[in-house]
Amino acid sequence: MSRRVSLLPTGVANTRSVIEAFASLGATCDLVTSAEDVYAADFLVLPGVGSFGSGAVAVQALSQPLINRLEAGLPTLGICLGYQLLFESSSESPGANGLAFIPGTLLRFNGDLRVPQMGWNRVEAQGCRVLESGYAYFANSFAAETMPDDWSIARATYGAPFIAGIERGNIVGCQFHPELSGDFGLGVLERWLSC
Amino acid sequence: MAKLLTVRVIPCLDVRDGRVVKGTRFQNLRDSGDPVELVSRYAEEGADEVTILDVSATLEGRLASLRTIEAVRRAVRLPILVGGGVRAVDDARRLLESGADKVGVNSAAIKCPDLISEISGQFGAQCAVVAVDAKRTPDGWRVLINAGSIQTDVDAIEWAALVQNLGAGEILLTSWDRDGTGEGFDLDLTEAVSSKISLPVIASGGASRPTDFSDAVRAGASAVLAASVFHEGRYTIGEVKRSLRNDGFEVRL
Repeated sequence: MSRRVSLLPTGVANTRSVIEAFASLGATCDLVTSAEDVYAADFLVLPGVGSFGSGAVAVQALSQPLINRLEAGLPTLGICLGYQLLFESSSESPGANGLAFIPGTLLRFNGDLRVPQMGWNRVEAQGCRVLESGYAYFANSFAAETMPDDWSIARATYGAPFIAGIERGNIVGCQFHPELSGDFGLGVLERWLSC
Repeated sequence: MAKLLTVRVIPCLDVRDGRVVKGTRFQNLRDSGDPVELVSRYAEEGADEVTILDVSATLEGRLASLRTIEAVRRAVRLPILVGGGVRAVDDARRLLESGADKVGVNSAAIKCPDLISEISGQFGAQCAVVAVDAKRTPDGWRVLINAGSIQTDVDAIEWAALVQNLGAGEILLTSWDRDGTGEGFDLDLTEAVSSKISLPVIASGGASRPTDFSDAVRAGASAVLAASVFHEGRYTIGEVKRSLRNDGFEVRL
């Protein structure tokens, strides 16, 4: 039976790219529209293109079911903005509330840098099952600098080290775009689907 | 400025009526092949990203061909930048729904610069790319719109600085003078824009030899784009990336 992946329609995402990436792995995608869908999904993806504020508004109605799902450890993947929404807040959109599943605030890259970080950066995974080391495609201006100790992480460096990916059990977050990262990205998606 | 990412090498598909075309200074377009066949080859060769420009969209008063975007999206797992006929936020949304990851605006943004802040506000700066077609004049570079057919009074360098303030996330900087000529990138233009802004700049127009790409990166470009040199098979993307690496730039190989 083909694996079913459920996407949370944030209304501001490159949903089609995510759907085609899963399709190339033999998985089919549907869209989440209700709290029941959030609980029932075998694999749930929070996709991500957009500003933190607009994404926070889009997930607001389903925030409690999402938090419950995350606390239960059900397979959930956050991509770029979808990953950022797991945090409390972002300096991109002061006052906007994320899901606060992970403590902390995302900060803008600073220093003598071209922002957004746009392109392929080297990721170094440490003690991860889903994430691996390699080149991944990023398109972001904000990032987390630290993570709680109970998460396995992948790091990258843009001016300073930042969190490129996180995982704990079946919950995975990617600051990069696995759906746009060629075979490296497909590997991440495939291993996540093997939860 | 610190260079901390790999240099992106981007093949550009100028499309019209479902076919890839290429001309010189935006004129005399000739057939260069099928978009899916070309893009599949480029992905194999190590392309870092793909640009699709629907060159007749604005002139025909329509949005870029969604069918072409969908076909390319199915073929590659790479970022896709699409430009052509984007006049409203809803156009950007339709492109994203069809498989684009970034949206390029040019003509409509010159007439209504707020379009840039609207796209950036809705989809994030990383999605809002401004395509600047620049023509050299005795008084500096001027922005061209409507597929190069209309020269505006807008100074290309000042425009790049303005769109950064409006929330753009990247500049696709094309030298009209060099487009399709194989005379190398306009390094003065690349340097002038790259040093004026802190956004990533994609240099475009004139690439011929592998060393041209290194020259553009030295001039400040974060990414290098080319069409004919790849369509005609004069060099593969892999050859260009190995040349960049030999010149000391980090690439994804």
